[in-house]
Amino acid sequence: MSASPVRSESPAVKWTVIALASAFIGLFIVLPLINVFAQALVKGWEAYAAALVEPDALAAIELTLIVTAISVTANTVMGLVMAWAITRFSFKGKSFLITLIDLPFSVSPVVAGLVFVLLFGAQGYFGPWLFEHDIKIIFAWPGITLATIFVTFPFVARELIPLMQEQGTTEEEAAVTLGAHGWRVFSRVTLPNIKWALLYGVLLCNARAMGEFGAVSVVSGHVRGETNTIPLQVEILYNEYQFQASFAVASLLALLAIVTLLAKTFLESRVHARRTRGGH
Amino acid sequence: MTLERITVAEAAPPPPAARRSHSVIPGFGLTLGLTLLWLSLVVLIPLAGLFLKTAELPLERIVAILTAPRTLNALKISFGLSLAAAAFNLVAGAAIVWALVRYEFPGRRVLDALIDIPFALPTAVAGIALTTLYAENGWIGSFLAPLGIKVAFTPLGIWVALVFIGLPFVVRTVQPVLEDLDHELEEAAATLGAGRFTTIRRVVLPAVLPAFLTGFALAFARAVGEYGSVIFIAGNLPNVSEIAPLLIVIRLEEFRYADATTIAATMLVAAFILLFVINGLQRWQESRTGRLA
Amino acid sequence: MSFNFKPAVAAALIAALAAPVAAPLAARAADVSLLNVSYDPTRELYAQFNKAFAEKYKADTGKTIEIKASHGGSGKQARSVIDGLDADVVTLALAYDIDAIADKGILAKDWQKRLPENSSPYTSTIVFLVRKGNPKGIKDWDDLLKSDVKVITPNPKTSGGARWNYLAAWAYALKTYGSEAKAKDFVANLYKNVPVLDTGARGSTVTFTERGVGDVLLAWENEAFLSKKEFGDDKFDIVVPSLSILAEPPVTVVDKVVDKKGTRAVAEAYLNYLYTKEGQKLAAENFYRPRDAEIAKQYEKVFPKVNLVTIDDPAFGGWRKAQKTHFEDGGVFDQIYSN
Repeated sequence: MSASPVRSESPAVKWTVIALASAFIGLFIVLPLINVFAQALVKGWEAYAAALVEPDALAAIELTLIVTAISVTANTVMGLVMAWAITRFSFKGKSFLITLIDLPFSVSPVVAGLVFVLLFGAQGYFGPWLFEHDIKIIFAWPGITLATIFVTFPFVARELIPLMQEQGTTEEEAAVTLGAHGWRVFSRVTLPNIKWALLYGVLLCNARAMGEFGAVSVVSGHVRGETNTIPLQVEILYNEYQFQASFAVASLLALLAIVTLLAKTFLESRVHARRTRGGH
Repeated sequence: MTLERITVAEAAPPPPAARRSHSVIPGFGLTLGLTLLWLSLVVLIPLAGLFLKTAELPLERIVAILTAPRTLNALKISFGLSLAAAAFNLVAGAAIVWALVRYEFPGRRVLDALIDIPFALPTAVAGIALTTLYAENGWIGSFLAPLGIKVAFTPLGIWVALVFIGLPFVVRTVQPVLEDLDHELEEAAATLGAGRFTTIRRVVLPAVLPAFLTGFALAFARAVGEYGSVIFIAGNLPNVSEIAPLLIVIRLEEFRYADATTIAATMLVAAFILLFVINGLQRWQESRTGRLA
Repeated sequence: MSFNFKPAVAAALIAALAAPVAAPLAARAADVSLLNVSYDPTRELYAQFNKAFAEKYKADTGKTIEIKASHGGSGKQARSVIDGLDADVVTLALAYDIDAIADKGILAKDWQKRLPENSSPYTSTIVFLVRKGNPKGIKDWDDLLKSDVKVITPNPKTSGGARWNYLAAWAYALKTYGSEAKAKDFVANLYKNVPVLDTGARGSTVTFTERGVGDVLLAWENEAFLSKKEFGDDKFDIVVPSLSILAEPPVTVVDKVVDKKGTRAVAEAYLNYLYTKEGQKLAAENFYRPRDAEIAKQYEKVFPKVNLVTIDDPAFGGWRKAQKTHFEDGGVFDQIYSN
């Protein structure tokens, strides 16, 4: 990064820009993060621990883990399938298909929740049928899972598609020519090449799945100890004057964010290494 | 999250093998079939349900809902503040990207990693944290209050939340493009006698402009639909600080499904349009620099 | 190219992700379970009441019962039940919200006659919560219209408490100034002083108490007492206006759900327990005005004497009429806000 003199600014400009950038990041990003932990620990470690082992908090953590496990697994498997279809074959409308896969990113989380209420709510299209057959979707974990799958839909696929495109199909074709079958080609040729990008996608998918609020809030019903995920539990505690407990539970999610960032930084270096070695 | 990584498959020069209509690679029917099935079940059918529900309404009713002052104001607040937040992120993002890419200074890597916090931090957590900070008795709010500046529970608070969630989009979109920018052009311009400012304006800016616009559009698209981080800090006052996604929830809670679905469908159409604009911008970036934004 | 991606690693990863799924979702082992869908400020009341009822149920029947609760703005909670939230009982802020559920055929239309006292085991009213020492000198409804007073109240479209607040103000204005047009102006001016409209009563209380916004909170009496209890007597004062409204938060069994789940008997026992001395005492402890004369006498000193109108006063003509006039699409509240 040693800039040649002709293309660098005066030190005054340089340090002003750096100061501005740091101030901005400090004020808008770091301070809120620190604030979460400060508020969580305002009554000391004992109160902090107590807030986390409270039964409703534990139930929320359990539900979040279940919902996340299902959503991330589903989106990982299907992300691989979608990336395979898109990058390994040419067909009409591919560009449009990719746009559709990206669509959940620009849909407001609230709208994502609403569409499932319209489908599966008691007044919705399938509501009466579901009631007769005693199947609960909305206000139960299946609805929460569906909404989570919707909002995290593109995460894995969109990490894989550019990489698999760059890598091309030569290696897989060679493997097929040598007599390897479909699954073997995938597991022995493709997977090793994309594993870091795949993990990267899973990581981002996981972070969003655990933290989703808007979509889940619409379909949850807010039954404590049963249909509250961690973010909803944060809101409930916040509304019960239990600010310290609320921030304590929130700090779990903030920790998740920090772990995600660390893992992301590590994975990025691996993806980058892979790309420069294998790509282009 | 890293929305900038979307690539438009057909825009990239396809590797020679992909052009072949009959690939030797197995699984075309299976994977494409599963893709379409999964996409339909999770995304398309639910969204179609929304449009179907809206289409059940007579046109006058739809128009009446959308032109009601409260709806119009909510849309104005959502789109207006998202625009303002994205614009601010454009400027702040420019300074950050420039500092991260062009300068070496202690803590640069940490700063770089921190940019992604708004991606990774759940919106509800961001919401309560920002509210606590900017309330009149909060760390930042208590400094601003004597100056007569109120942030929490005002439109300014919404703007702060939207700036928070939008920042990484601009930085992460522009950063790789600026990193890849050929230094020789700038040096050539400087050798030819161009001042630093002129070089940046005439050489650097045109090259990164599409990336900036893409980042702007991504930040804007995210902000328009944002709910979790905003509702805590907004004040939620009809016509003043009530965002469109909140109005959808309120209409739902008031049993007014027609209103909720109509506003939701409108937001969805806006999301479609933004997505196509973003795709267009990415193609433009690619034609500019040969690099996918 | 390395081919060393270990399948074992992948398998372990997937197993780790999937493990919690295998954990039984319904591992909570109570013999019976009830869901009480309630409104915002009853969180503390029902936390205690549920515990008391579970103990009694265990003593009476030998069976364990788990009572789950959901809280939120009353209108919003009713919407959730209409949309299929499996509530065995609803304990909401006002009769209209239960009427709305009844209109969808989910519970009997005559629900309000099924339990004593209009199916409202406790009552409350609307009071003002002000900052300690009452720095703005707020004594009655007229003071809320002063230009330097900021009033905190939730959104009447989603919150039950907010509708009681609104109607109490309306009743006062109508009785004081004599005409509906003047009452409308009065209420419109009152809402001009409202800087934040939360969706539920609890959200407004948090805004006022914790966030320090506003000079006066229009609050459920129980919510005002609770705030003083939570934050200390040195933070807030309660001001009782010259006229307020008798708020009757009703309770009922959700027929469609209990008949399917076979929980009618226990759901009814649960609601009836609210009317017993123990139930009434718990209500009073949580600052709801008990119906039972004896318990009311015991807690007489807690509750200030307030001059109250009821929803059946000619000024309103019952909940259905009040809802239609004031809170429906295009009603008085909408007119105030579209100005």
